[in-house]
Amino acid sequence: MGTSTAVRRVVFDEERCKGCELCINACPKGIIHLAKHTNSRGFHPATVEDQEKCTSCTFCARMCPDTVIEVYRDK
Amino acid sequence: MSTRIFGRPESLATINFHYCPGCTHGIIHRLVAEAIDEFGVREKTVGIAPVGCAVLAYNYFNLDMQEASHGRAPAVATGIKRVMPDSVVFAYQGDGDLASIGTAEIVHAAGRGEKITVIFVNNAIYGMTGGQMAPTTLIGQETTTTPGGRDPAKSGFPIPISEMLGKLPGAAYISRVSVSSPTHVARAKAAIKKAFQTQIEGRGFSMVEVLSTCPTNWGMTPRQAIEWLEKNMIPAFPLGELRNWEKEQGQEKAQGSQVEVKH
Repeated sequence: MGTSTAVRRVVFDEERCKGCELCINACPKGIIHLAKHTNSRGFHPATVEDQEKCTSCTFCARMCPDTVIEVYRDK
Repeated sequence: MSTRIFGRPESLATINFHYCPGCTHGIIHRLVAEAIDEFGVREKTVGIAPVGCAVLAYNYFNLDMQEASHGRAPAVATGIKRVMPDSVVFAYQGDGDLASIGTAEIVHAAGRGEKITVIFVNNAIYGMTGGQMAPTTLIGQETTTTPGGRDPAKSGFPIPISEMLGKLPGAAYISRVSVSSPTHVARAKAAIKKAFQTQIEGRGFSMVEVLSTCPTNWGMTPRQAIEWLEKNMIPAFPLGELRNWEKEQGQEKAQGSQVEVKH
C-alpha cells in the first residue's frame, strides 16, 4: 500500500517462536506483539507490522531465547 | 539496501531448542556460540554437555561436543584439554549439575587451574527433574521439595559457588552475570568472551555464572520470571567479577612500582 512498507528491519522466523514475549519486554518502541494466528507448534508468534518505527536496536533479538529474530539496518 | 546486523551465529545449530518458552538457556547458548565465532576457534572447540535441561546441548552447538555423567563435565573437560592442549574446551552446566553432584569436580578443576572454561547456568532450582530444591535455591523460595519456602533450619543455605571458587589460586577469571535485560545480556557476552580469552591465553581456570530463569518450575510467565530474577536472585547472588587475572596483574605491577620508588 504505502511506498515505504517494503522496509523490513526485523524479520521473525515464526516457526521457531514460542511466544514467550521476552522480545516484547525488551522493545523500547513497543511495536512487537503476538500474532492472532498460531504456528505449527501452536504458539502465537511475535511479529512487527510497524517496521518503519523500528530503529534496528537489536534488543529484541538479543533477548530472544530461540534465535527467531534477524535484524537489518538501512545502508 | 539493508545489511543484516544480527542473526544466528555459525557455532549455533539450526535445530529448534526443546527448552520451555522463555527459558534463558537459549540466550546463553547463543552468547557462547557468538564468543566462539568471534574468536574464530569453532574448528578447534570442544563443548561438554551436562545432565539437566541442557543435556541435549550437544545437538544445539555446531561444534564437537561430548556428553558427561551428571556433574562430571569439568573432569571430562580436563581430560580433553590435557590430551589436546591447543583445543578450546568449555563445560556447560546447570546449578543442580555443578553445585550439587558435581561440587567435587568443579572445585578440583578450579583448584588445579585447569585451562578450561565453565559456563555455569544458575536458575536456583532443578529444572528437568520437576522443580526440586537445588543448592542455589534462595531462602524462602518455594520448590516441590520446599513447599513452604526454603527454611535454612531444615534445608540449609544457598551455596555461593562463584565466591568459593574465587578464593582458589588456580582460578584466573570468575564472574557472575545475568541475562535479564539487553544490557545484562551485553555484559554477560563480555564476561563469556573474557572467560574464553583467559583460556586461549593459557591464564588458568575460567568460569562465568549466569543467573537464569525457570518460568515453568518457578510457576511464572517468562516476563514474570525475568522480573523475579532481578528482584530476588540478583540481591542474593551479587553480579560482578570475583577474579580477573588482568586486573590482578595490574595491581601487582602498581605494587611493584611502589616498591621500586622506595629503593
